[in-house]
Amino acid sequence: MAQVIELPLSRADPGRCRALTASGRRCRNRAVGDTGFCRVHLPAAPERIGPFSAEAVREVLRSLARRMTGDYEVDRYGFDRELTERILLPLARPLMDRWFRIEWRGMENVPPEGGALLVANHAGTIPVDAVMMKFGVLDRHPARRHVRLLAADLAFRMPFIAPLARKSGNSPANADDAFRLLSEGELLGVFPEGYKGVGKSYRDRYRLQRFGRGGFIELALRAKVPVIPVSIVGSEEIYPKIGDIRILARLFDLPYFPVTPLFPWLGPLGAIPLPSKWIVEFGEPIHTEDQPDDAWQDAMLVFELTDRIRDVIQQSLYRNLMSRRSVLL
Amino acid sequence: MGRRVLITGVSRFLGGHLARRLEQDPDVEYLVGVDLDEPELDLERTEYVRADIRNPLVVKILQTTEVDTVVHPNIVATPPRVGGRAAMKELNVIGTLQLFAACQKAERVKRVIVKSTTAVYGADPRDPSLFTEDMSARSVPRTGYSKDSVEVEQYARDFGRRRPDVDLTILRFANFLGPDIETTLTRYFSLPLIPTPLGFDPRIQLIHEEDAIEVLDRAVREHHPGIYNVAADGVVYLSQALRTLGRPPVPVPLPLVRPLGAVLRRVGLVDYATDQLRFLLYGRVADNGRLKDGFGYRFRHTTRDTLLDFAEKRRLRRLITPERVEEWERDVYEFLRRRSEEPAPAGGRE
Repeated sequence: MAQVIELPLSRADPGRCRALTASGRRCRNRAVGDTGFCRVHLPAAPERIGPFSAEAVREVLRSLARRMTGDYEVDRYGFDRELTERILLPLARPLMDRWFRIEWRGMENVPPEGGALLVANHAGTIPVDAVMMKFGVLDRHPARRHVRLLAADLAFRMPFIAPLARKSGNSPANADDAFRLLSEGELLGVFPEGYKGVGKSYRDRYRLQRFGRGGFIELALRAKVPVIPVSIVGSEEIYPKIGDIRILARLFDLPYFPVTPLFPWLGPLGAIPLPSKWIVEFGEPIHTEDQPDDAWQDAMLVFELTDRIRDVIQQSLYRNLMSRRSVLL
Repeated sequence: MGRRVLITGVSRFLGGHLARRLEQDPDVEYLVGVDLDEPELDLERTEYVRADIRNPLVVKILQTTEVDTVVHPNIVATPPRVGGRAAMKELNVIGTLQLFAACQKAERVKRVIVKSTTAVYGADPRDPSLFTEDMSARSVPRTGYSKDSVEVEQYARDFGRRRPDVDLTILRFANFLGPDIETTLTRYFSLPLIPTPLGFDPRIQLIHEEDAIEVLDRAVREHHPGIYNVAADGVVYLSQALRTLGRPPVPVPLPLVRPLGAVLRRVGLVDYATDQLRFLLYGRVADNGRLKDGFGYRFRHTTRDTLLDFAEKRRLRRLITPERVEEWERDVYEFLRRRSEEPAPAGGRE
């Protein structure tokens, strides 16, 4: 078969085939299509399987085979990068883009590398907001960073949820893991309101609860990383909690047993979140790097910074609430 | 002057192999191994003394042999080998208590090395992702081997306080695995179908038997007082481990896990103690940084390598081999290609 060598365009006669024949001379065929090659010298089109290129299909099969033989890496925390990027992200994407139609603001405030602490409000009865923030940064940030969340112990105790929480790179909320992750240069996400935030009643929506005891600020000061306030509008309406059945909560060892307009009346249908319109804004980083080494032991400074960040998030919540046309649009 | 070393449990895996290792070392002048059974390995110059460490006579041995180093790896994890849980506790806890009492009396003893386990950290959903040596358990182990080890460490620390002139090393080993060692985990991984708790997938960290012996050997020959986690680099999920071994898992709903454990124990297949069930739910990973820095040691096997080595050397029959998976991969690919070619005319280009 003739060897196909492409000539530089400048020397090529636009009317003729761009290939060289086996003898080294220009192909003289003038019957060329849009490609610039005649039928004989048309480079082989990449093989296709259905709508996909054969190479992509082969790659998927190869990685499936690796997964089947356990030939993949997870980090010490149990973070499975491949699973998160290739399986979980595509599952989360329609929820982010179609169901909640999340509008991302200020993504450029998330640093492209190095340790940083994302501090966000928490709401919605089930912590969907944490999952959305995590996959939003992975999907929309130019550096495709993974947010490692600190989650409540409950997430690591529940069957099926527990392995997923680990594999997508999250840790139980404790200072040791948090500090280690930050000093290893990871992007850490925390929700200082905790259960008080996710589990608050619908009438308290968008009212920030107490920010724990300021432990997250101590962390940021100790690890010398910037704090990025994140405000999430929309998560309050997904499961409006209008009641709490205490006795069932105690029975199942849960922090609360929610009653929403759809749950538990509609059974599993009640688990469908209402399609509220979301706005997630990443605020300007608050820098802690220039504070002295022992600043984290300064209780007054910790309180002051905690309040400041809480205030920034609250203001941003009000602002974005105003800019939203309605709950659903 | 050379070192004089006493090793407990010399007929068991770790004690025996450590003795053999130390025999090669010209700096070790004298070696004595204590156990109730004859050593299984061929030991050339280790003097074997049939004795029970639970017996106060041990102090006599320490004095007459004039040893300066005592290694105590004889803390057993599996009840059947010593005749039931009561006997196991007796050996582990009372034995250690007696041994330390004897060491306290023996003035020549200047170094004591005790085997412990990362199981002292317990297993709990609230656990930090990585345990360092100075962290304490969120859920204190209340049964079995883990509880024994907690008590053994307590005695070791008490002893350390009473004899501050002695260098005390406590080595907390992760779960052992390897071609030759026999543990609950090796039996579990050798089952034809492996029961796993449904909805849970713990992170597992192992230590290869070769690395374990090497670390023990260095603890004897070098000078490393303190507590060290001895655990390989890297972690695998239980599901990943089973895929690596090519064994299909059988997920068991949580309420049935305990009864099934009891049946397996009755049949004598695997003695999975209740304290280890929690490990199968929540897993446990220890940070090995202190050992790497302190000993300057680089592990020869990662957790995954350890599994692969185990599967290969034991000739574990894999139901799902990498070759077979590769074959499937090729078959599926060919199938898809043929399927896509059929409707379109051959050689058709866009």
